[in-house]
Amino acid sequence: MQKEYINITEFCSSHHINAAFVVALANEGLIDITVIESSSKISEEQLSDLERYTRWQYEMGLDPEAIIVIRRLLDKMELMKQEINYLHSRLSLYE
Amino acid sequence: MAFIDYYKVLGIDKSASTEDIKKVYRKLARKHHPDLNPNDKQSNLVFQQINEANEVLSDPEKRKKYDEYGENWKNADQFEEARRQQAAGGGRAQDFGGSGGGDFGGGDFSDFFGSLFGNQGRSSQSRDVKFKGQDYRAELRVPLREAFTTHQQTLTLNDKKVRITIPAGIADGQVIKLKGHGSAGVNGGPAGDLFITFVIDPDAVFKRVGDDLFITIEVDLYTAVLGGEVTVETLGSAVKLKVKPELQNNTKVRLKGKGFPVYKKDGEFGDLIVTYNIKMPTGLTEKQKELFRELSKP
Repeated sequence: MQKEYINITEFCSSHHINAAFVVALANEGLIDITVIESSSKISEEQLSDLERYTRWQYEMGLDPEAIIVIRRLLDKMELMKQEINYLHSRLSLYE
Repeated sequence: MAFIDYYKVLGIDKSASTEDIKKVYRKLARKHHPDLNPNDKQSNLVFQQINEANEVLSDPEKRKKYDEYGENWKNADQFEEARRQQAAGGGRAQDFGGSGGGDFGGGDFSDFFGSLFGNQGRSSQSRDVKFKGQDYRAELRVPLREAFTTHQQTLTLNDKKVRITIPAGIADGQVIKLKGHGSAGVNGGPAGDLFITFVIDPDAVFKRVGDDLFITIEVDLYTAVLGGEVTVETLGSAVKLKVKPELQNNTKVRLKGKGFPVYKKDGEFGDLIVTYNIKMPTGLTEKQKELFRELSKP
């Protein structure tokens, strides 16, 4: 299946954000920018993440550095949730 | 439909500046944002309220209309009509048709908001740009025994039937994404996705830890002492196990590959751990008791 790409300039203009924000996210490794025919794009599957980070910036005033910290903490939370589930199921053996 | 005091929601004074509103909104958003409080319905609700309050108070036109008609929102249209008539007679006309600024007012707004601002109150963005549709989230309960095999289930989502295949070995709390099953995209953008969180209902006989299954079976005293054979139920089929003489209570036996299927790994299974629970005889006859007394003599 062919990958769909979204033009970053178009995304920034529709969301009223500065392209520097998207570039900063890419520099932090939060998204991958692909250059196709001299224009910067992101793949469609990254759109949810980019929209989420854009919302975080607007709603909470977070810069890319804060976003990466939160992203890492949320990933850790997810791992801890999985560990709690595992421990719960171990504990149920003794109930 | 009750009046909502947006100033109270944000905890600010009516004279607060746009900059103050932005600061307070962001401070509250950092505390209650649903992404930072997953599965916390209360935080979600609070965030919707502060989002809505910010949507109105940070937009000068909406704030003006809210301040003017807020508590009397039900009569806003009548007031406007009266003004228009006055204007036609030489009075000063006023336009209340706020179209909203370019922002991200995602989430649901209250009926109060809808009554006061209608659809125009929602944030408007560039019309010819494609947007991905909203993602949906759902929870699906699956009994442990059903999660043992790959099977299909039909979900009803917004009056549409969605048939999904649930792979064997799905775990409790696991989330799967069904691409394109969220709400439709805007201006031809891609549809949102459907995220299903699985909740595996516990079973009365088997307990599951990862891919391993645990079962406790009862062994009568005589088999435990003298040895013999017991039949153990597995989720696939029953197996016969030899019991060695002088079995101790709570002895565990691991049956390789008789546990739960490993998710999306065909032919791979966890183990079944069998715990023997020695069952003491009850209702002994006098003769049986006498025999036990004999046995207990040194």
